Amino acid sequence: MQTTVGTNTLTLVQAVTDGMRTMLREKEEVLVMGEDVGKNGGVFRATDGLQAEFGEDRVIDTPLSEAGFTGAAIGMAINGFLPIVEIQFLGFVYPAYEQIMTHASRIRARTMGHYSVPMVIRAPYGAGVRAPEIHSDSVEALFTHMPGIKVVCPSSPYDAKGLLIASIEDPDPVLFMEPMRNYRSSREEVPEDKYTVEIGKGKRLAEGEDVTVIAWGAMVPVAEKAVKQMEGKGVYCDLIDLRTLYPLDQDLIAESVQKTGRTVIVQEAHATSGVANDVISVINDTSFLYQKAPIERVTGFDTPVPFFAYEDHYLPTPERVIKSIEKVISF
Amino acid sequence: MEEQFPMIQWIDEKGNLVKEIDQELITEDVIRNMYRNMVRIRTFDRKAISLQRQGRIGTYAPFEGQEAAQVGSAMSLRKTDWLFPTYRDHGATMTFGHSLKTILTYWNGRNEGCVPPEGLHIFPPSVPIATHLPHAAGAAYAEKRKGTDNIAVAYFGDGATSEGDFHEGLNVASVLKSPVVFFNQNNNYAISVPIHKQMNSKTIAQKSVSYDIPGVRVDGNDIIAVYTEMNRAIDRARNGEGPTLIEAVTWRYGAHTTADDPTKYREQQESEDRRASKDPVARLELYMKQAGLWDEEWVTGIKEEVAQEIDLAIEDMENLPPADVNVIFDYVFESPTWTIEKQKKDYVAHMERGDQ
Repeated sequence: MQTTVGTNTLTLVQAVTDGMRTMLREKEEVLVMGEDVGKNGGVFRATDGLQAEFGEDRVIDTPLSEAGFTGAAIGMAINGFLPIVEIQFLGFVYPAYEQIMTHASRIRARTMGHYSVPMVIRAPYGAGVRAPEIHSDSVEALFTHMPGIKVVCPSSPYDAKGLLIASIEDPDPVLFMEPMRNYRSSREEVPEDKYTVEIGKGKRLAEGEDVTVIAWGAMVPVAEKAVKQMEGKGVYCDLIDLRTLYPLDQDLIAESVQKTGRTVIVQEAHATSGVANDVISVINDTSFLYQKAPIERVTGFDTPVPFFAYEDHYLPTPERVIKSIEKVISF
Repeated sequence: MEEQFPMIQWIDEKGNLVKEIDQELITEDVIRNMYRNMVRIRTFDRKAISLQRQGRIGTYAPFEGQEAAQVGSAMSLRKTDWLFPTYRDHGATMTFGHSLKTILTYWNGRNEGCVPPEGLHIFPPSVPIATHLPHAAGAAYAEKRKGTDNIAVAYFGDGATSEGDFHEGLNVASVLKSPVVFFNQNNNYAISVPIHKQMNSKTIAQKSVSYDIPGVRVDGNDIIAVYTEMNRAIDRARNGEGPTLIEAVTWRYGAHTTADDPTKYREQQESEDRRASKDPVARLELYMKQAGLWDEEWVTGIKEEVAQEIDLAIEDMENLPPADVNVIFDYVFESPTWTIEKQKKDYVAHMERGDQ
């Protein structure tokens, strides 16, 4: 018997909701918790309709208490549940940082696998939506540096649903970063049914021989624009969406940069100690002798993410990416 | 607030009953068991300090003086409950059923020391202060969701009540009506800082008022008081009435850890005076003598038994195979990431070359 696989045209934020709904339906142990996730459906509507469908015991409006509800979710996770915790903005995660650093990410190692924390921490991140200060941080490196947690950052609706389901099913804690700039910027066909996108695997979005351009999350559309414009000038780029920031897709990066020998990495976050530097380490370790030009980074500055009146200066733009592509070509 | 949260006592410092014991709850066997457990954990504590002095374990956090609080609370639990201790609560965990060998292994700097015996829910000691209170709230909520009447208890000290996670844990538990007991041992000092510099509050029990949960202040050196109030709090939790905050007022005679020198911050005479007048083990002894439960031969017997048990545990701990480097790498994730795999492979190769 043949079955037709249904799809829906969804935005990224709708795909996130769809991923949670799929797993709430499949597994009684899955819980959603956080500030305003219940009746309000989340400040970005990411949990819209979930409390109505699954009840107040499974989609839990918590007190305004990042350490409190993240810590409680850890207690639930060690005791058989699969909590999905929403941090309203990644810039609000800091009170919960200790819970994640000293407990969620460490308990499996401390207890030699006796206890584990299969928890997902979802957080919208990034600048470019003219939000108030502190609402625009992109501090993935604070978590990629943390042993014991995976860091995932989709840029498209399809990947968002598939990676979220993979994160919920992952036996270890996952920070799931949602680029709020991409929340409603495009739509894509997303399967109605359950599917996963493998954690730790990037994706090649464009194929080219000249330059490798690497980006993730909100920087993918920025890099995409630059790559398109360069095609007009006869320069063809491999465009890689990392999708997972820890562990990085070493093989995909190596394969691409060994082909092109020239690399531009686009990172929204502050430059120093950022994920771009880890990508450079991968290139150094795997592909040093293939390099034809110094690797270029297009990043935010080593300043606090500015108030929104200045954020367009801070954020990498297609123009800055193009400048770097031209630089690695003409080296 | 001191009037609103009076210190509850069943046995006074002379060993006299202040009020009637609930004889159904506290049978003669329970009293003997209390005494035995207190002697057992005190013997362990002294032995562990001596092991540290001999370099046979690492830095150790002693609890002598707090035996009634730890034994009285842990004896109130059921084996299916959850226990979230700090690094000074192994008197409670060993009373609950933790393995002495495992506890010693923890203090000897090995991960095997964090693995509880099969079937017992004992979380590894929380080192960051008060951070385990939200875990207890969550684990207890999970029990409620599963439809059991198991509860969780979180142990913590007076200093912990200054941490944000104390307040967030109590608040979350009160909102979720988690079946949890927050068991505070107020030993009056957070390392060197005395309680009057820690808080302006006159009691810790009064902090329950903010969360509209029951708060109880007990004489933490009176094991009958601790056991009775702990049982009441646990009953409330099992019956769906949510969390309780218990403040057990006590004293640690010794140092914060074996790396600490308490003579720098407090008069040792005060500890000696308290030992002479308020000691939890001596107090139960006085009561048992008055109640006709004292039997010298039995006491000599249990002292020998626990000493033997502890010696065997030390032997077992010291007979463990040497610490295995794979432990560092193999448990960070369920399946290691490539970065960890590569680091392990490189390091093992380096070690093997070193052995040649």
